[in-house]
Amino acid sequence: MNSSITISKLKSQKLTAGFLTTAMALFLLALFLFSLTIGAVELSVSEISSILLDRLGFTNQNFTAVQSVVLMDIRLPRLIFTILIGTALGVSGAALQGIFRNPLVEPGIIGVSSGAALGAFVVILGLTSFIGEIPDSLKVWLLPPFAFLGGVLATFMTLRLGNYQGKVRVTILILAGVAISTLANAIIGLGIYYADDQQLRTFTFWTLGDLSAGTWQKIGIITIPIIASTLILTRMAKSLNAIALGESEAFHSGVNVEKVKRTIVFLSALCVGVAVSFSGIIGFVGLVIPHIIRMAFSSDHRIVIPLSALGGAALLILADLFARTVVAPSELPIGVVTAALGTPFFIYLLTVAKRKNLI
Amino acid sequence: MLQANNISYQIGSKSILRNCTIKLKPRTFTAIVGPNGAGKSTLLKAITNEVKLRNGSITVNGHSSSALDSKALSRIRAVMPQHTSINFPFSIEQIIEIGRFPHHTSPVENVEIIEKVIEKTRLQSYKGRTYQTLSGGEKQRVQLARIMAQVWDKSPHPKYLLLDEPTSDLDILHQHALLGTARELMSDNLGVLAVLHDLNLAAQYADYLVFMKNGEIVKQGETREVFTKENIETTFNHPVQMLEDPTTGQTIVVSIPNHMHLEPQKEIRYA
Repeated sequence: MNSSITISKLKSQKLTAGFLTTAMALFLLALFLFSLTIGAVELSVSEISSILLDRLGFTNQNFTAVQSVVLMDIRLPRLIFTILIGTALGVSGAALQGIFRNPLVEPGIIGVSSGAALGAFVVILGLTSFIGEIPDSLKVWLLPPFAFLGGVLATFMTLRLGNYQGKVRVTILILAGVAISTLANAIIGLGIYYADDQQLRTFTFWTLGDLSAGTWQKIGIITIPIIASTLILTRMAKSLNAIALGESEAFHSGVNVEKVKRTIVFLSALCVGVAVSFSGIIGFVGLVIPHIIRMAFSSDHRIVIPLSALGGAALLILADLFARTVVAPSELPIGVVTAALGTPFFIYLLTVAKRKNLI
Repeated sequence: MLQANNISYQIGSKSILRNCTIKLKPRTFTAIVGPNGAGKSTLLKAITNEVKLRNGSITVNGHSSSALDSKALSRIRAVMPQHTSINFPFSIEQIIEIGRFPHHTSPVENVEIIEKVIEKTRLQSYKGRTYQTLSGGEKQRVQLARIMAQVWDKSPHPKYLLLDEPTSDLDILHQHALLGTARELMSDNLGVLAVLHDLNLAAQYADYLVFMKNGEIVKQGETREVFTKENIETTFNHPVQMLEDPTTGQTIVVSIPNHMHLEPQKEIRYA
């Protein structure tokens, strides 16, 4: 055994994970800066840095007041909001695919999305019908907790149904997710039948996804749950590698499978519930991103989890850029863009993967 | 010692295991044999805490296994499953590395151990290959390498390798390579238990044989004492003949095809 070869090999392995994460982070930063400059009001990178420096107390006025307002009140919060939502969707997609040992899983499968939609629906339609018109300022406060509650509730019902003799059975869990989603959608459908035009319009737009709603206040609320969940999920990468072999194999490799499973399902529900409550339903990011990472780099969850978090953010920035420039000054619903761009790409991935025997 | 004391297991009202008692000792190769559906794999699952027992207990090196968590157990015993399928493309090194997860050894040591078990299982030419592209037999060798990596460290307490039909997909070369490697690993601190289908392989490698039928252990003991025509015929309900291999002097078993069924009393003559 040549130990110098061993060590250099080991270094290169570690380097790969570190290098890839850094590279992806830099790409995300570049994309972030680029995206800040795009829009109806001209903003260069130097003007952006001037505005930021000015806010920090270094006065060097070479920008206009309009530019400052556009950056600080519109573009910056929207982009940070987009990054957080993208991170939540990417990381939870990767973790759920890992725990279910199934590359076809996405956050919607455990009922989060439908549950959250039902929660939002209760606010938009249910409350307005029973209590009367709710002012928008109050609706902003009611929507997130209801959507989050709906998401978590649906997830726990799914988990309970999927539980048999103290163990979570994945096939039953996925079928339970389908059942719970269908039930939630049926209730929504019934409501839609009785909804008036205004309610319908509001709700439809919520289900299509909307990133323009990002404000500093909302960012303040979602940052901690999303970042904390992401960090904890990243630490579960090794356990997920073992679980990829099978649950009993993971158990015999020293993994507390039930605990890992519950933690991941809860954190994913939290992440996605919180994100979706403010942004509406944005499909495909959680499904597609982990696939791209796996095909491009490795299936090792120590790479897949962090890179899916960063990649989810990058993909959503790109999609948002597309959504707000293509029909400017108006914009396309983000959920429509991710689905419309994501589906053909996913089909392409499927055909490639099929040929290479990767799925 | 890894010990199952009078264990029973049932699914609904159907009894799968009845009052099985079995002791695994270090430096001993134990093989479980028996007809299909006898409960061999279930006994292995019961010993490794994968199923909930109706009664009886499992003790691991003197501790009740229910008092130990999965991490502590995984440092004492490693289990090779019958089949392992993976839905994500992992390289064989990534699979083998999972065997090192229960341990707190440095990454450098882990890479060295992985190299060594790859050499032992003669998988050098498969490095970097994707697990999913391997044949059934190659997959079994990778799984053996993984559990070898898991029990590799020297330790003060005895450890156990448990193999569930490890040779089912292997040709004769690799059957002997795998079981030979398992025997080589045996030491004063390591014992092996394998569920085996091939009676002759079991007799060639095991020091101790356990015969199972209908969820019960019908006979167990030192191989040279229990590997007899009578035990095999009662366990499998099929006529056999015991012969002596002229080269090794070992007793081997030959099963008799139904269309050549001979009178039970009549001796068979072989040229």
